[in-house]
Amino acid sequence: MEEGIKTTCLHDRHVKLGALMSPFAGYDMPIQYKGITEEHNAVRHEVGVFDVSHMGEVRVKGPEAEKYVNHIFVNDVTGAPDGQIFYGMMCYDNGGTVDDLLVYKVSDTEFFLVINAANIDKDVAWIKEHTDGFDVTVEDESPIYGEVAVQGPKAEEAVEKLLGLPVADLKFYTFKTIETEGETIIVSRTGYTGEDGFEIYGSPAYTQRVWDKLMAGGVEPCGLGCRDTLRFEVGLPLYGDELSADITPLEASLSMFVKLDKTEFIGKAALASQKAEGVKRRIVGLELDGNAIPRHGYPVEVDGQVVGEVTTGYRSISTGKSVAMAMIQKPYDKLGTRVEVRIRKKTFPATVVKKRFYDKNYKKD
Amino acid sequence: MSTVKENVKYAESHEWVMVDGEIATIGISDYAQHALGDIVYVDLPEEGDEVEAGETFGAVESVKAASDLISPVSGEVVEVNGELEDAPELINKDAFGTWMIKVKLSDPSELDALLDAAAYAKICEE
Repeated sequence: MEEGIKTTCLHDRHVKLGALMSPFAGYDMPIQYKGITEEHNAVRHEVGVFDVSHMGEVRVKGPEAEKYVNHIFVNDVTGAPDGQIFYGMMCYDNGGTVDDLLVYKVSDTEFFLVINAANIDKDVAWIKEHTDGFDVTVEDESPIYGEVAVQGPKAEEAVEKLLGLPVADLKFYTFKTIETEGETIIVSRTGYTGEDGFEIYGSPAYTQRVWDKLMAGGVEPCGLGCRDTLRFEVGLPLYGDELSADITPLEASLSMFVKLDKTEFIGKAALASQKAEGVKRRIVGLELDGNAIPRHGYPVEVDGQVVGEVTTGYRSISTGKSVAMAMIQKPYDKLGTRVEVRIRKKTFPATVVKKRFYDKNYKKD
Repeated sequence: MSTVKENVKYAESHEWVMVDGEIATIGISDYAQHALGDIVYVDLPEEGDEVEAGETFGAVESVKAASDLISPVSGEVVEVNGELEDAPELINKDAFGTWMIKVKLSDPSELDALLDAAAYAKICEE
């Protein structure tokens, strides 16, 4: 293990299970236990659990909490019911993306932000920097929370029966706090796999007990390897691939989360003008004719000219097809456009398709 | 745990070489297949292509990533294991029993620079 690398509260469990460990976002994290394919299929068809304790949590409190969150967040939390969750981004003035995150509305005066592990320091600094003029306090609670994600069609059964948590009534993208084992935990019906599932936030000791109960109940331990293949297949972005300081949410084809009709938010002017002019490039899906595998950074060409590059690519475990998300210049982003992906010394023909390679299976009723 | 096969030569980049006369048969080690995880694609040269010692001759791809294959020897590719096109997982099942290419050696002295099983086993332990 690298010197100075951080570990989550479940690290000893991963090592005991024989996981392949690797540094990710400053943490020594499990990439896989039995294998990416097996873990991926467990989440698609049964239930799996991920250690996501490395994720960051930030609590924003104060009389102007709602107004402040709306200032730093591109989605609109105005007047939302308590317990609602929003997905969206924080942007720079130029429209580039600071991070993508979930915002949990606790009350009009309290919000809970869940941010990417790799961006915790940057995000917390950004969030604190922009509180001037708002009556709010910001607390980085990342160190006090462990977190697991229980995902898959049998997630509800696992959380209810193995953990004894009442979650059947929880709607998609809502959360509740539950008093249990002497502490207040947070459970949300959210995830990053395209399947039904829950994310559970509690103390490190609670998180360890949750993990052990899920293991004893036969839930598949799942690593970051299949977390990426799962999110990719349903077209969900990963910061660093489909989003970055150089990529706006509009370019990432995430405009449905950007509420330009809001009074103001950081980046609004730049994003409004980008929308008016039309983006010059955007994230689309690619499907290769053959079975070579497109990877992050590989060039996409038309008539020998580079028109974009792959942001994430895999042989889809669920469909068996070689597919990618790619940032493509206009007008080659149109569905059905024929392009070529350069893989090592050769090019391979591909077609522009929708970036959802597998249908989501959320429980929305 | 991974195994190291006796009586074959190894490159530090985890390819194995078995020599029969002037023909070298090349694959990747059990340690390498284990480190890669589920192999889903193998990109190999064609018969008649020239490979050079220390240069890339193809790639092996797990679900997660592509890794270059480095040729331990120089020469002409005389045979390619076509089975791997449809069944790359054979490498995971039996790395030493699953060859990738056969090369007609142009400079057999290159073999002297390769590792024996004991020296390779040491590298895998590090």
